[in-house]
Amino acid sequence: MIKELKVDAIKCGTVIDHIPPGKVFKVIDLLGIGENDQVMIGTNLSSPKHGRKDVIKIENRYLSIEEINSVSLVARSATISIIEDFKPCKKTKIEIPDVLKGILVCPNRHCVTNSEPVITVFDVEAKDPLSIRCRYCERVFGEEIGKANSL
Amino acid sequence: MDIISMRSLSKDNVTSLIKLTEKIESGSISLDISGHLVALLFFEPSTRTAFSFDSAIKRLGGQTIIMQETKSSSVQKGESFADTIKTVSQYADAIVIRSAIEGAARFASEIVNIPVINAGDGANQHPTQTLLDLYTIKKQQKTVENRKVAIVGDLRYGRAVYSLVYGLAMFNAELYLISPEHLKIRAYVRHDLDKMGIKYHESEDISAVLDKVDVMYVTRIQRERFAGQYEYEKVKDSYQITRSMVESASLKNNFTLLHPLPRVNEITTDVDSLPCAHYFAQAKNGMYMRQAIIASLLGVV
Repeated sequence: MIKELKVDAIKCGTVIDHIPPGKVFKVIDLLGIGENDQVMIGTNLSSPKHGRKDVIKIENRYLSIEEINSVSLVARSATISIIEDFKPCKKTKIEIPDVLKGILVCPNRHCVTNSEPVITVFDVEAKDPLSIRCRYCERVFGEEIGKANSL
Repeated sequence: MDIISMRSLSKDNVTSLIKLTEKIESGSISLDISGHLVALLFFEPSTRTAFSFDSAIKRLGGQTIIMQETKSSSVQKGESFADTIKTVSQYADAIVIRSAIEGAARFASEIVNIPVINAGDGANQHPTQTLLDLYTIKKQQKTVENRKVAIVGDLRYGRAVYSLVYGLAMFNAELYLISPEHLKIRAYVRHDLDKMGIKYHESEDISAVLDKVDVMYVTRIQRERFAGQYEYEKVKDSYQITRSMVESASLKNNFTLLHPLPRVNEITTDVDSLPCAHYFAQAKNGMYMRQAIIASLLGVV
């Protein structure tokens, strides 16, 4: 009940819940949420499961698999609910995909993706702990990439 | 097909290229690529690799167009890398590319529809060097399988090293990685070796491994990798192979000493006349291997 007061319910759209505290702004960035989108955000809300969490509710927008994947590195614990008529009709847990396309910048400054118009592609070699390999410069990066890297 | 990285080649690819190179060198096969034009695009200066490809192509009867560095080219006028590659692909039947940018050859192969050969991309890969190295090992050791190989020098920044490690891993080599502490091979490569089940040892001391290995592959330690002249001077002599070192070690029969060249002082010149020194023959093998690569990619085999 208290939670409802803090972040209103939406009629239809997408709710991303259980985002790690403080990461909601990164999620907004990654999803390219702009001035015309109707969104509600909550940060540092109490969560019985995780202690603290962030949440974002996006009215009239249904996230594609690619969009869901794009937030997987910053919000691995998050859940996605598609809302129809105030009711969640589909709930999915975020999973790191096998390939991360166009989501990350390669941290290797000598990589061709940083000097040419190339969409970055990383093959996910392990998910826990994270290990991903740039398909171009072939370097491997670990957990630190999700924390420091952005689009 | 392209040759971009040892990680993208199968063991079958490598073995058949080695077999074809053997036939080319022995003269049991005669290949003709006349009528074909290959573009050699060296965005980063190179003498040996460029000459090696150029002579390989010309000895097969093919022709080349060469871009050396970028000072006088349209790249200097602001043309993008992608535009240069796409334009040249309109003229040539294959592209050989050397660049300081890592992944440049992979990117090039995605935007043109002719074969692309990576002749070195930054500190990433130099697959044709590895193919000729493996061919040389096969020739000297009679097999590439299960060799004990020491790789010495700059293991952190050397592209020949990265390629070679993955190439040798295909043939279940046992590796001795010898370098100064701050030029050790990157951690992810060690992780890859673990995953592939490849045995490797790391050390800073050459002399302790000389009598253990079948092959020693020496690479240049560059001055610019050190914070100052003093640090460089301190290290450089401990990674030098001298005649007395080789003569006083109880080497394995058939011990093979290799170097991708150019050499500065990592192997003293009095070692050159010893029977184990194969680095100049290695350069010649490179020409044969590049003939095999070019002919295969142009589909004339």
